[in-house]
Amino acid sequence: MSPPDLHPAEPHAESEPSDAGGRVVLDAAGIQRATTRIAHEILERNAGADDLCLVAIVRGGQPVAELIGAQLSALAGRPIPSGALDITLYRDDVVARGVRPMPRPTRMPFSVEGKRVVLVDDVSFTGRTVRAAMDAVLDFGRPAAIQVAVLVDRGHRELPIKVDFVGKNIPTSRAERVVLRARPDGELEVAVV
Amino acid sequence: MKHLLGIEGMTRSEIELVLETSEAMLEISQREIKRVPTLRGRTVINVFLESSTRTRVSFEIAAKRLSADAINVTRAGSSLSKAETLADMARNLAAMSADVLVVRDSVAGVPHMLAERVRVPVVNAGDGCHEHPTQALLDAFTLRQSLGSLEGRVVAIVGDISHSRVARSDIHCFTKLGAEVRVAGPPTMMPAGIEALGVKPCFSLEQALAGADVIVMLRIQQERLDGALFPSVREYSRTFGLTQRTLALAKPEAIVLHPGPINRGVEIASDVADAEPSRILDQVTNGVAVRMAVLYLLTGGQT
Repeated sequence: MSPPDLHPAEPHAESEPSDAGGRVVLDAAGIQRATTRIAHEILERNAGADDLCLVAIVRGGQPVAELIGAQLSALAGRPIPSGALDITLYRDDVVARGVRPMPRPTRMPFSVEGKRVVLVDDVSFTGRTVRAAMDAVLDFGRPAAIQVAVLVDRGHRELPIKVDFVGKNIPTSRAERVVLRARPDGELEVAVV
Repeated sequence: MKHLLGIEGMTRSEIELVLETSEAMLEISQREIKRVPTLRGRTVINVFLESSTRTRVSFEIAAKRLSADAINVTRAGSSLSKAETLADMARNLAAMSADVLVVRDSVAGVPHMLAERVRVPVVNAGDGCHEHPTQALLDAFTLRQSLGSLEGRVVAIVGDISHSRVARSDIHCFTKLGAEVRVAGPPTMMPAGIEALGVKPCFSLEQALAGADVIVMLRIQQERLDGALFPSVREYSRTFGLTQRTLALAKPEAIVLHPGPINRGVEIASDVADAEPSRILDQVTNGVAVRMAVLYLLTGGQT
């Protein structure tokens, strides 16, 4: 057996070393403003925080969900339930033969039954991740609604999927990659590389 | 990974890959809908030519929780009773587009032999006195849950070391993960030259358990022995059985494992098997997760 390749090219953004270069399209202040606005939009669309829960898509969605979750909890005056969903075992590109990406534990510490679930990811691209995440959420119960919030929408949808809340629309070519990464000082930024 | 034939042929990083993948698999069994679509349309054939409840059911559940179709073949009622050779039977199963063959046999080396003859990934589910790799992986997974890491931990494996495939796989697995492994049993059950596997042979239970972090009790296989290796079950139980008294020789927070099925009152007293230090049922729970990880990794088709 040969040493396995644990982390093949992922179709969505990953945490990256910060000196990776590229063009920064959203800095820490921009990310803060975008997630604050998204939190307000989520409350507006859902007429409040009743039955609301946040589900981060592992791993890129987790830092974004933390920011949105903190804003939402502050606005609602109580903690908003949040979970983390690993969709590796639901991805359609994994079903084909190829290197196996490592699945990571899912954490859903609440029932989604009758809830308004907001899926959170860093970048929306082909729509396949959202498709897989919807399948995964539905395995946990029947929510009243599923919505999607992303920090960056870079286009190139391959499935009829729309996102409900967008931090910033960034036109890209297919060959480019969009990454959410932490700088050495710990600040988040989004770059096109 | 192409096949899972034994721990002996695995690297530490391959073992850790299986264990880390198992972490995610464990959560799936805790859901209300215990199924993910990863292996939808794949076929796992369990060829169990030696009797087994736990391992066979565990592999079957593992396949089904990944949405694969699981088919079970046993010796009784198979074409082996029409004198078809094992290799021919395996080729026929492979010709029906099986994606994984899980093989248990009472003869050592059967999974290896089949792996050379079919183009399908083969998982060794126990071959004679040789290896039982998924048992060792689930043992290591269970220990990591409690201990975090096996590095520098003292593990005592007690029982019929000579005839135990679990002992052999555990020894390879635990030493590769950095543990200090001791083996103990009556002299008739200790293979000559066992030190070559990097373990310390002990000829008394006291010596093996002193300061141990982990105790793995092996099943005394009464059906395999016909009384030749020790005078009586009662004497074995008094010299090598784990009781509250002998458990006290190990570290206070020591953990007890047993691959099952347990012989209550023979190698392990009921009050130990059912008490706090025992992780025996956790082992069974974790076995499903570890086998899901193995099936997931092997069906990737990477060599």
